[in-house]
Parts: sequence; structure tokens; C-alpha cells
Amino acid sequence: MSIIEVKDLDLFYGDFQALKKVNTVIEKNKVSALIGPSGCGKSTFLRTLNRMNDLIRNVKINGQVMFEGREIYDEDLDVVALRRKIGMVFQKPNPFPKSVYENVAYGPRRCGVKNKRDLDRIVEESLKEAALWEEVKDRLNKSALGLSGGQQQRLCIARALAMKPEVLLMDEPTSALDPIATNKIEDLITQLKKHYTIVIVTHSMHQAARISDYTNFFLMGELVEKDGTDKIFTNPKDQRTEDYVTGRFG
Amino acid sequence: MEQSQIKEKTIFKKDERKRNTQKIMFALFTLCMLAVIIPTILIIGFIIVKGVGTVNWSFISEMPRMGMKEGGILPAIVGTLYLVVGTILFSFPLGVGAAIYLTEYAEQGKLTRLIRIAVLNLAGVPSIVYGLFGLGLFVFFLGFGSSIIAGALTLACLILPIIITTSEEAIKSVPDGYREASLAVGASKWETILHVVLPRAMPGILTGGILGIGRAAGETAPILLTVAAFFIPRMPNSLFDQVMALPYHLYIVSTQVPGMPESIKYGTALVLLGLVGVFFLIATLIRLKFKNSTS
Amino acid sequence: MKEFIEKIAFTKSASGKETGSRTAVEKLEESQWNLNKSFKNRIGEYMIEKLIFVLGITALLIMGLIFVFLIRTGFRLFEDVTLGQFLMGREWYPNATNPRFGILPMIAGTTMVTVGAILISVPIGIGSAIFIAEVAPPKTKTVFKVIIEFLSAIPSVVLGFLGIVVLSNWVRISFNLSSGFTVLTGSIMISLMALPTIISVADDAIRALPDEYREASLALGASKWETIKNVLLPAASSGIIAAVMLGVGRAIGETMAVMMVMGNAVQIPSSFLVSGRTMTATIAAEMGDTVRNGTHYNALFAIGVVLLLMTSIINIISEFVLHRAQKEGR
Repeated sequence: MSIIEVKDLDLFYGDFQALKKVNTVIEKNKVSALIGPSGCGKSTFLRTLNRMNDLIRNVKINGQVMFEGREIYDEDLDVVALRRKIGMVFQKPNPFPKSVYENVAYGPRRCGVKNKRDLDRIVEESLKEAALWEEVKDRLNKSALGLSGGQQQRLCIARALAMKPEVLLMDEPTSALDPIATNKIEDLITQLKKHYTIVIVTHSMHQAARISDYTNFFLMGELVEKDGTDKIFTNPKDQRTEDYVTGRFG
Repeated sequence: MEQSQIKEKTIFKKDERKRNTQKIMFALFTLCMLAVIIPTILIIGFIIVKGVGTVNWSFISEMPRMGMKEGGILPAIVGTLYLVVGTILFSFPLGVGAAIYLTEYAEQGKLTRLIRIAVLNLAGVPSIVYGLFGLGLFVFFLGFGSSIIAGALTLACLILPIIITTSEEAIKSVPDGYREASLAVGASKWETILHVVLPRAMPGILTGGILGIGRAAGETAPILLTVAAFFIPRMPNSLFDQVMALPYHLYIVSTQVPGMPESIKYGTALVLLGLVGVFFLIATLIRLKFKNSTS
Repeated sequence: MKEFIEKIAFTKSASGKETGSRTAVEKLEESQWNLNKSFKNRIGEYMIEKLIFVLGITALLIMGLIFVFLIRTGFRLFEDVTLGQFLMGREWYPNATNPRFGILPMIAGTTMVTVGAILISVPIGIGSAIFIAEVAPPKTKTVFKVIIEFLSAIPSVVLGFLGIVVLSNWVRISFNLSSGFTVLTGSIMISLMALPTIISVADDAIRALPDEYREASLALGASKWETIKNVLLPAASSGIIAAVMLGVGRAIGETMAVMMVMGNAVQIPSSFLVSGRTMTATIAAEMGDTVRNGTHYNALFAIGVVLLLMTSIINIISEFVLHRAQKEGR
């Protein structure tokens, strides 16, 4: 079952066309990977899904992105509400310079959750879901900036999960981390797909192969091929995909 | 064979002339620096040494007597405090609001660039020109007369450009990652500004703002035209009263009244310098603390 | 308002959708948040955006008003006096029965005192900036920068006071004059006030240069001084020029200190060792004697306009120079 459908999506930064007629679907409760060489448009594509590109000036978008059957670039749509449904984790861990607790409680507080007990519960649940609870339960009130890089990234995941989103977008979440921290995050992603739909941009084909169910291969702003991950890596239809996954360029 | 040996020697020998030029030049720069640092320290030290004997509780808590030649300088202190508070109330909301508007809301383009240039320019306009403006607009056109409110508004205008530019810089220096993170969990733009951007920018805003207030507290020319009274031996009753003010009082006692005792002049100078120094100290401490906590 | 309601409607429909996988309680909780939040915050958000807009515009409007007010009042002078008489006239007798409003002596006074101040403060300022940026150890640098900043924070009336009690005596004795209230005294005062500006802008300009410049030059065997002279100073030249110009702007606008130490004689100073009067001092000293909207009042505003134009031109040019310097640096 699909949760996001993208039809004929074009995106321009000024005169530069960063995405060309992209058509794809994101399957619910699966991990979809976006791969391709640097500058191919995979991160840009990810950011169109929760309208983070709105922050950049001179961006023009044509085409359709449907989330749960609703056009997200519709003028009447509340972006704020949309982003609560579609959470995001960034390349570089970016916890706020606040305590661990306040980082996770930030989103719920903005939604008007004031009751201390509710907040405590949400914080604990989210940290447990992000497999961080055991490591930070004794230092909830210490600054989040004191955590290690991997812990910070899981905290950012917990922060996104606290909003109970439907979809979690991850923009190369492990590229700034060491192999052990990367492993933990990958395990976590596999756990999370039971409850969430995950779209992950990754530089590493191995990572895509390890954790994703579907893979979208981008090249020069085009979506070359989208299929089950096994198929993309063992039996791609397009020659360019084969060249990329076999390491002939990229 | 011989030649290459010589060559080798010259290459690795320290070039004495080069080193001496550098030494001389660096000594010269050090002298330049000392030519700034030493007078500054002398100025501060001189005022403290000469004034410290005069400044005691009665000097800062009593009315002037005998044509200001005796007694304290309480009304001038109170007047300056009124002006400072009024200046803060007018300039902070306007200045920080303008900075938020310019950085977070306004469409970035030619118009904002133009506005920024105008604001930067106004930061360099002479304070006496602000005095003229305050006289024309607040004292006469709006009919406030020579009053605390006219003076505070004039001083607020004077430091508005400083507050806008420093606040803008502080807001811009907040990494975009924080804004993105906040928006991505469904916070609105204003929530993001209020809960993430402003707390992070606050030390910078405060540093600039407090330095600006310190400057306003020590300004003479603008209040000369808009508020300051030569001599009023009582407390103001309303915002529309004239008051004495420390900088203007120092000007008066040091130039306008013959036979003024030296002690009163130095005492007034020390109190004024002390007040400005307190603002400066607070701003510097905030800045240093902030520097340590980020790096 | 209509927009709000539509937006709220979307939130409701989106969060009302059931997607299984999580407990009903959680779902309910979630939809409640979204509703509460949207309704209250939509209006709040709207109001706050408007408020910030109003604050911002007010601040900017006030800035604009400064020009309007000064020019409007100042230009009334020219109902009584021609521009030529005003700018080129050598006689300033505002209270005579046949008043004269020539500000050439004041223009000359301001120019002289500024030139003097710049001659003193530019070499010292640039030397200090190089010292802070390239020579001083980090701790010394921090301490010195704080001291320099404090120098800029000292009220000009305090400096003027010291000018009267200390500096003017020193000038009088050193140059064997009958009075120490001279243009030179004013220049020294002003140089003290312009120095912090010059040092900090020039220091920023030098330190903004990429480290590669230093490394490249040092790697070629140049000494530190050669690197500064041949690489850093030329590269930072725009910033240093801007620093000097901002210093000039500061000097032209200074009021109290010069008024207190220059004697204020209305004359075109024949040397640095005689009394002179600046435009700023004229406004400050005489405004108290004027009648609102009288010719004298308007004349002082007209001097204000001249000051405003002079400093604006300097500030705007230096802003462009700095902007270009920043672009080059990138």
C-alpha cells in the first residue's frame, strides 16, 4: 500500500532544474532508499516530501506529491501540520542546545502538550523507540550537546518520533558517524519500519542493500529506476543503474 | 665543489637583515598599540584617583546646594536613570522586532539591502543630528516639550540602528540546522523564532543592546536639545518634566559655572564613567561567557 | 480569517484518518494536539507576524523621518539666505541686527580638526590593528581589545572634561601658547575617539583574510613581516580604507569634546595652534538661544543637514567598500 505518490515532479533552483519528471510511490511501513551520485537530486527530492524546500528562495515546483491522498503543495494545506505527520532527520546531528528531555519534548510542547506526566511519557516512549533510553535515562536534564555523535543522531530520531509521525525522512543520517554508531542506527531503522514508513537518502549502496525494501536510483535529477532493493542490486533493468551498483561510476 | 658549499651555507644561514626589519616593524606596531592602551588606562585611572575622594553616599544621595557648588548630584543620577530606562523600553522592542522582520520575514533582495545600508548609515550619523531630529519631532512637532519622554525617544532613535544591526548579526549567526530541526517537527515559524532562534541569539542581542544603552547613557549632545535642565533641585513628577542628567551636568560644572570646586567635577565624571563602565562590564561578561560556552 | 478556517479543516481531516498500528489512545491524543494547537496558534501566529511587521516598519520609518525632519526645517533657511551665502559666507553673526549666516569658518574648523585627527589616528590605528591581528599573543589580544572597546565607550563629555583640565594645559605649555584651547587639542581628543573604530574595522579586515594567504607566503620563505607587507595589507586594503573613512565620519560628527576644548572662536583657523569652531559645536552651543522656526533655528538645522549629508556620503561609500572587500574575501 502506498502512502506517498509523486507524479511528474519538476523542481527548479532559479534556472537550474534539479528534478526532472520524477514519478514514484513510497510504500507504507517499508524502508525506501534513495541512492545516486552526489548532486543527483536525491536529497532535494527527500526535502520536497515535507516541503522543507520552501525555506530556500527561488525554488519552483511543478507536479504532484500526494500524501495519504492529499496534494501537499495545495495552497490550503497547513505546512506545519504536514511536517508533524512527516518527520525528518538530518545529515548532521542537530540537537538543540537544550537538555535531552527538552529536545524530545520540543515538538509535543509546540502542539500544546503541557501536562508534565504526558510529556514524561512521550519522552520516555520516544527515547525507548529510538533505543536511547537506557543510555540517557540518568541524564535527561543534561545538555544534549554532551552526547556522542551517534547518541545525538538517535536523539534527533527520538525528537522526530515524539510527534508520532506517519513517515520519517532521513537525509544520510549516518554519514557523519563511525561504523559502530552507524550499525546501531541501521538496526534501529529496521525496528522502526514496523510502525513507520521510512525514506532514507544514503551514499552507501551497502547501506541501501542492508536495510531497504525498495530502492530509487537517481541520476542527474532523473529517477532512473525504482524497484525492490533485491532487484535493483541483482537484476536492474536500466544499464545506468547496473553501472552504478556495480561501481562503474559514482 | 667549493661554490656549492657556499651556496648551502647561505641558504640555511638566518637572514639577519630580514630579521631586524621584522623586529623593528613589530616594535613599531607594539608602540602604536601602547599609544592607544596607555592613554586609555591613564584616563580611567586619573578619573578614579581624582574622583574617588568625592564620591560617597552623600554625594550620590543629596541634592546640589549653593548653585551646585556643594552637596550631591542625586537629581542628575535619577534623571539619567529615567532616560536609560525609557531608552531601553523604546529601543529594544522596536530594534529587535525590526531585526527579526529583516532577517526572518522580509523578502531578501534589493529592498532589504537598501534598508540595511540605510540602517548602517544611520549608525554613523552624528549624535547632535539626532538631537536636532528629537527637537524637531518630539519636543516641538509632537508637543512633548523638553521632557524625559522626548529625551528617551531621541536616545532610543540614536541607538536603534546599533540594536538593529547587532541583533540582525546575532540572529543570522544561528545555524540553519536549528531552524530546520524545529520546523521539521512541526513547529511554526514564530515558534521556531521564539523557542530556538531567539534564545540562541540572545547573548549577541544583549551584548549589542547593552553597549548601545551605555552609549545612550553617556551622550550629551542629543539630550542637550531635548531634555536636559541646567539645574532643577527636585525629582521629576511626570514623563513630561525636564530633568538634569549626568553627562550634561558634567558639561555644565566643567565649563559653565565659574569657581566650581574641582572635587565636584571629578566626582561627577567618576559617577558617569562608573555608570557607563557597569553597562560595559555586563556586556563584556555576557560576551566572554557566551564565547566560552560555544567554543 | 477564511484562510485560517480552511487550514484548520485540513488538519482535522488529516489527523482524523485512522492508520492502525498504534493504540487508539495515542491516536486520540494526537488529533487533540493538532486541533488545539492549530486553532490557538494560527491566530497567535498571524497576530505576531503582523506585530513584528509593524515594529519593524516603525523602526525603519523613524529612521526615514530623520531625513525628512532635518531637511524640511533646514531648507526653510533658504527663504532668507542663499545657499552661496550659507556655505561660502565667512561671517556668522546670527544675533546681529543685520544677521549673517555664513558657515565657512565652521566647515574649515571641522575640516581642520578632522584632518588633524586622521593624521594622528590612522598610522597609530593601522599599526595597532596589525599588532592585534598578526603579532599579539591571543591573551594579550583579548585584553587589549576589551580596553580599546572601553575607550570607545567613554562618554565624550568625560574626554572633553579631561581635555580641559589636562590636555589643554599640556598643549599650552608644550607649544608655548597663551591658550591651550586649539584645533590641535580638538584633533587629539577626536583621534582618541576615532581610534577604536579604525582599529576594530581594520583588524576585522585583516583577520578575515583566509589563512591560505599567510601559509602560501610563509611557505615561500617570506618572513612574517614580509607576509604582512606584501600579502595581507594589499589584500585587506579595501577594509582598511573603509576603516579610515568610518574614522573620518566619527571625527566629523563628534560634538561635546571638541566644543569643550577648541575655544569655539568663529574664524577660519590659520594653523593647528589657534582656536576654531566645528559645525557640531555651533549647533550644540547655540540651539538654546534660538526661537523656534526663526532664521537662526533654521540655520542650525541647515548645518545639521550639511553634517547629515557629509557623514552619509562617507558612511555609504565605506559600506560599499566593505561590501566589496567581503566579496573579494570569499
